[in-house]
Amino acid sequence: MKKTLSMLLAGTMLVTALAGCGGNNDAAQSGGDNSAAADGTVFKLGGTGPLTGANAIYGNAAKNGAQIAVDEINAAGGDIQFELKYEDDESDAEKAVSGYNSLKDWGMQLSLGSVTSKPCEATAAKTFEDRVFALTPSASSTATTEGKDNMFQMCFIDPAQGVLAAESISAHKLATKIAIIWKNDDVYSTGIHDTFIKEAKAKGLEIVSDTTFTEASATDFNVQLNDAKSKGADLVFLPIYYQPASLILTQANAMGYAPKFFGVDGMDGILTLENFDTSLAEGLMLLTPFNADDEKNKGFVEQYVEQFGETPNQFAADAYDCVYAYKQALEAAGATPDMSAEELCGKMIEQFTSMTFDGLTGSGATWGTNGQISKDPIVVTIQNGVYVTM
Amino acid sequence: MSFLNHLISGISLGSIYAIIALGYTMVYGIAKMLNFAHGDVIMVGGYMCFCATIYLGWPAWAGIALAIAVCTVLGMAIERLAYKPLRMAPSLAVLITAIGVSYLLQNAALLIWGSSPKMFTSVVGGQPIALFGGQIMLAPVTLVTVLSCLVIMAALVLFTGHTKMGTAMRAVSEDKGAAQLMGINVNTTISMTFAIGSGLAAVAGVLLCSAYPTLMPTTGAMPGIKAFTAAVFGGIGSIPGAFVGGILLGVIEIFAKAYISTQLSDAIVFAVLIVVLLVKPDGLLGKRVSEKV
Repeated sequence: MKKTLSMLLAGTMLVTALAGCGGNNDAAQSGGDNSAAADGTVFKLGGTGPLTGANAIYGNAAKNGAQIAVDEINAAGGDIQFELKYEDDESDAEKAVSGYNSLKDWGMQLSLGSVTSKPCEATAAKTFEDRVFALTPSASSTATTEGKDNMFQMCFIDPAQGVLAAESISAHKLATKIAIIWKNDDVYSTGIHDTFIKEAKAKGLEIVSDTTFTEASATDFNVQLNDAKSKGADLVFLPIYYQPASLILTQANAMGYAPKFFGVDGMDGILTLENFDTSLAEGLMLLTPFNADDEKNKGFVEQYVEQFGETPNQFAADAYDCVYAYKQALEAAGATPDMSAEELCGKMIEQFTSMTFDGLTGSGATWGTNGQISKDPIVVTIQNGVYVTM
Repeated sequence: MSFLNHLISGISLGSIYAIIALGYTMVYGIAKMLNFAHGDVIMVGGYMCFCATIYLGWPAWAGIALAIAVCTVLGMAIERLAYKPLRMAPSLAVLITAIGVSYLLQNAALLIWGSSPKMFTSVVGGQPIALFGGQIMLAPVTLVTVLSCLVIMAALVLFTGHTKMGTAMRAVSEDKGAAQLMGINVNTTISMTFAIGSGLAAVAGVLLCSAYPTLMPTTGAMPGIKAFTAAVFGGIGSIPGAFVGGILLGVIEIFAKAYISTQLSDAIVFAVLIVVLLVKPDGLLGKRVSEKV
């Protein structure tokens, strides 16, 4: 009995030690060159995101993207220098708040909010209360910024994508009969679906099939695809993430159904899915703020690949843009690192509501006083395994 | 024709639930505990086969063999380290431990393989078989899944009914104390049960990922819960019950989606479950056992 117990304990220790290893590596990467920076000489930039857990792919991308921007800015010298710190929130609202609190203790002056929507709604309430300015790279729900004058977004909001998808389907005359498969236990999918339906009606597009799935039934899509096929849909709109979408593409192919598929920004990443037969995604259209295959993004993409060994997604690009937007606003406001978070907050609100920003994820972007960004997402088609702007 | 199509999808999904449910029901029937880590052993099986076939370039059969071997050892190790020390503890403690093991496996997989999903290459190759002039497409993996499910069920019924180890298992299931007095090694028997259950989980994992080809650390969680439902539906502890429950659950799920509403399919599945349990509290094929106080 005792022996088993000690073996169990030893096993647990081994696992925690391994977990510790992973954490340390991350910390070493993010610490970088600026760990020696003293208080009052750099702007302290903090954010929370899922660095572990099921959504870790998003949190790590945002952290890495922001880190590249910070390293570039610091290496270039200049008056604006940053120190970046990310806390893990596992995409959980409560953990995000405790992460935010430890960032405050650390002396954070400017916040990058949280990476995913639910946690960001929680930290946004805190930054609003504490008067810390926040700019989230990727929390796209409308509730994130609602009623808060100091919370801004770098990504476009969910409903906007539904409108844009309907507009581009109608503008490019992609289809006459449309089927939608969406996830009805997810605010992201529901938000896009609802505005898409409204906008499609206004544009005179015919929706012949409207079917759903949930987290619990995200394996078998034969019923939904059969419904779309039997009603003669020539385009299937997928306002969902790429993991279930990859199953839909596979199953449609197996049943010999080949409509056009149209996705939103959650589809971004499907080509990086390990061992995925990219020929299935051929001709797939999607909305994305960031095209990694675009010439103008080459420098960032190469740097990212070299440092982190994978192609950056839109989360990385959004976070990269956040840091540069901060730089531009701080320079314009003549801010200095010895200012308090509250002083900076006032200046940043002034700057963000008046400036125009050009970044990787779109040029000529402006923000409204409600914190929402206006920029046009790109519609891309997958051709020969790369994004081609339509 | 669409009715037949839906029926095939339902049976295919149901057979996978059934194989997972067989593992659940074996362990419950003999060790009298709900092994909530079962779903995650499935995920480990999927990853093992994926690594063997994709990273090491092994043939499919070798990948399956590796998955079964690793999962069998893993199942026995889990039982030895996490459940055996709690054999005399209240069943609630064992249940919580099982949930803990489930999280441990998921997070260990997250550390090893990362969070991004991987696309699984089906272990069953070949083109879909076209029936009725192409109106019905039957994927080979569906056939293999249904056949494996039948073979496994038959083998388990024969094993528990006609071998010495099987008899020992039934004895332990009925009364641990009395079985021990009769000279049956209870620990070995339970360990053996976990080995078989986890080996089945590996097969289920490979078939699950072949039919629905994405693989993530949480891949096993949902099918695990659905299969647990199926096991209860059919009567937990009963081997044919798990099979019937699994197939029915799959078929009801697909039919509810196809003919009633995609939005309500889960609600309908569980409503049927509630009705069945109200009428037959022990499940469809469950035996009524009076508990001693």
